Amino acid sequence: MKNKKNLLAAPYTIWAAGFILIPLVLVLYYAFTTKSGSFTIDNITAITSSTNIKALGLSVLLSLISTVICLILAYPLAMILASSGVNQSSFMVFIFILPMWMNFLLRTLAWQTLLEKTGVINSILKSLNLPALNIINTPYAIILGMVYNFLPFMVLPIYNSLIKIDINVINAAHDLGANNVQTLSRVIFPLSLPGVISGITMVFVPALTTFVISDLLGGAKILLIGNVIEQEFKQANNWHTGSGLSFVLMIFIVISIFITNKYDKEGGSII
Amino acid sequence: MKTKSADFLKKLYVTLIFIFLYAPIVTLVVLSFNSSKTRAKWGGFTTKWYFSLFKNDQIMNALYTTIIIAILSSLIATILGTIASIAINSMNRKLRSIYMGVTNIPMLNADIVTGISLMLLFIACSVRFGFGTVLISHITFNIPYVILSVMPKLKQTNVSTYEAALDLGATPLFAFFKVVFPDIFPGVLSGFMLAFTMSLDDFIITHFNKGPGFDTLSTKIYTEVKKGIKPEMYALSTIIFVSVFVLLILVNSLPDKTKEDNKNK
Amino acid sequence: MSKRLIELKNISKSFDGQLVIDELDLYIRENEFITLLGPSGCGKTTTLRMIGGFEKPDKGVILFDGKDITNVPPNKRQLNTVFQKYALFSHMTIADNIAFGLKIKNKTKSYIDDKIKYALKLVNLDGYENRMPDSLSGGQQQRIAIARAIVNEPQVLLLDEPLGALDLKLRQDMQYELIRLKNELGITFIYVTHDQEEALTMSDTIVVMNQGYIQQIGTPEDIYNEPQNAFVADFIGDSNIIGGIMIQDKLVEILGAKFECVDTGFGTMTPVDVVIRPEDIDLLEPGKGTLDGVVTHIIFKGVHYEMEVTTPDGFEWLVHSTDMFPVGTNVSIHVDPFDIQIMNKPESEDEEAIPVEE
Repeated sequence: MKNKKNLLAAPYTIWAAGFILIPLVLVLYYAFTTKSGSFTIDNITAITSSTNIKALGLSVLLSLISTVICLILAYPLAMILASSGVNQSSFMVFIFILPMWMNFLLRTLAWQTLLEKTGVINSILKSLNLPALNIINTPYAIILGMVYNFLPFMVLPIYNSLIKIDINVINAAHDLGANNVQTLSRVIFPLSLPGVISGITMVFVPALTTFVISDLLGGAKILLIGNVIEQEFKQANNWHTGSGLSFVLMIFIVISIFITNKYDKEGGSII
Repeated sequence: MKTKSADFLKKLYVTLIFIFLYAPIVTLVVLSFNSSKTRAKWGGFTTKWYFSLFKNDQIMNALYTTIIIAILSSLIATILGTIASIAINSMNRKLRSIYMGVTNIPMLNADIVTGISLMLLFIACSVRFGFGTVLISHITFNIPYVILSVMPKLKQTNVSTYEAALDLGATPLFAFFKVVFPDIFPGVLSGFMLAFTMSLDDFIITHFNKGPGFDTLSTKIYTEVKKGIKPEMYALSTIIFVSVFVLLILVNSLPDKTKEDNKNK
Repeated sequence: MSKRLIELKNISKSFDGQLVIDELDLYIRENEFITLLGPSGCGKTTTLRMIGGFEKPDKGVILFDGKDITNVPPNKRQLNTVFQKYALFSHMTIADNIAFGLKIKNKTKSYIDDKIKYALKLVNLDGYENRMPDSLSGGQQQRIAIARAIVNEPQVLLLDEPLGALDLKLRQDMQYELIRLKNELGITFIYVTHDQEEALTMSDTIVVMNQGYIQQIGTPEDIYNEPQNAFVADFIGDSNIIGGIMIQDKLVEILGAKFECVDTGFGTMTPVDVVIRPEDIDLLEPGKGTLDGVVTHIIFKGVHYEMEVTTPDGFEWLVHSTDMFPVGTNVSIHVDPFDIQIMNKPESEDEEAIPVEE
């Protein structure tokens, strides 16, 4: 019996080793070698070049801002969704995730159309004699694109953690004298923290590593770390530097996951 | 009085978010019927972009490839993932946490790194980029979604029912399909659907593993968009949105049981 | 008797068009242990939640100490609730859970610390300050829920099926705990349960409810010995409920046999329901009692034997006795006059005995 079950694990074991673990080892190998195969840390230190460090800094900054905006927008929305009646709630969640099923590139393309200098928003503004909105090809447009694309990743986990809260726990807080604000800050928010944490990770990581949003909404001028890596692989064919930079990116991802998980655990005991 | 204004604020907020989410989509739909090529002006109603879209062989080919890849990769991932889930579920705690850890890597890692790592693997094995490499990479990032959908259902499944079936003389295989599988089926189904959608929507990983001349819809759109927006793209967006909308309405109006599982995911 | 602390006047409440409480009137005296008892869906929890402020009645008023509190939110009411399944704050330590209400009221740290110590001692859980709720057993969590409520010194404690999730032995222990707590604190307890044994053990007053109506209010003894209708008789304890005819005062005919009883005032030849508790039936040798029958079933229950005696008309009497009569024994049924309880026939559906579900 036991052996049979182990046999069942074999296909996935082979697949995971071959297509998840070995590829990552290859990234490490390329990251720490030169083209001739000798050991080097130049690929890692390449991050300190002025273009690269600027790209990384901008990526971290924009993804942090986007994550914060997503959190601020998503929390009240998730609360409204969670507090509406069962039927209404599932309908609203449906309406809400529907745009997510549109192709990611087409969604971003739509914003390009809206934001362009002669685009839809500016045409409307012009006809109303209002000043034009010139944010296309600026970091603001990139933030907008990130928020638009990743907002559902923040709303859904928070919504899921909110609907799990026993209504009597909230009643108990009121019963013990807490008003609505106190109940939110001392009971509801701490209890929804796991959802908030996973929302933060789910928004921050793709925002940090994107190259498509910056490509389509930032013009070719604004480089994020994702763009730099993409270009190393697809244009410069410099896999070693590309791998080195990817390695740095992975370190950032691991750190962000580590920080959020750690905060989650502490959040369990502190109010 | 107080609750009334709070209610109004809630509705206003939901409406604003709703506008934010749908404004771009509505724009795409409207522009797809605009005969003027410049976006700023309304040049009259037309359906010509739809016809030129259907005449565009490259886009039609990409659409076909996308669907084939999505079906094949989610099907294979569902089979592999379900078998893996059963195996992982019967492992001891330590081994299980190792397997789940590995399973979580593609979920937590950035798509760009996953894409690059697979690309390096294919280069190292000197595999020619094309259908095969894209299929393999899609299966790879789909399996975790299947496992994470099936595992919770497996944990809920009562071991006794499987043992009872054996006790009543069923072979293990028969017992599995008659007793365990119906229990975990909702998880398998939602895993499949999730994998299917992820495959349809993927751009980044495909971008690194597709090779020249081979395109899915996402990569095709990317090259088109970089060249400059063509109105055909609006028509394509409209068609995709409408089909997704109809499909989701159908899925949601299925009997309650299936609906529940959709919500759970 | 002490003053009326809480009064519910003409309360009605419906959910989604379904009437749950219909024109209910009830008062609760200071320092009494009052239990709302009834099957699920009888409106007992809704009544409690309206007193706690979690639901608003559609109609009627709730008075607390003479003041109208119908529209006062829960956080402004001088009462606290112990919830079903405890509703502890799982992200806080036990001490933080207990301190929650006091911190809201901005009490000093030393006051709060003293209160936590006192409350934990009261519920026999000294030293649990820094544990998390998840690491406690169900019974312990229940005690913490009680401690969290009572540190706020409420005048009334509302308990919503607090023992429902505990196993039998623990439930019995907790019943004594609750009686002790009630006596030490000297406050009013309003207790909701569907468990008649809990209600009989702990209460000063029991309110039996069914389908949104109050069926009977009385002491446990009243409710058990003199149920006012078939529903109460059937819901509280085992009983034989038999249709009969009140021939005249103090004489009732059941299944063709005439039994002496002590009830008067039903008139002559009036159809009535008769309640006889199984333990009040004495089995004698054939011919020596009022009604002859044969033992058709017997089970040993520990304290007593539970027997079924079938009389010639086919009625199966439930009898509890410490004497054993094997199946097939011919016996005769005798009941002392004061053990026979006569009730009017039900006037509405909610007063009927619960239909047997198969």
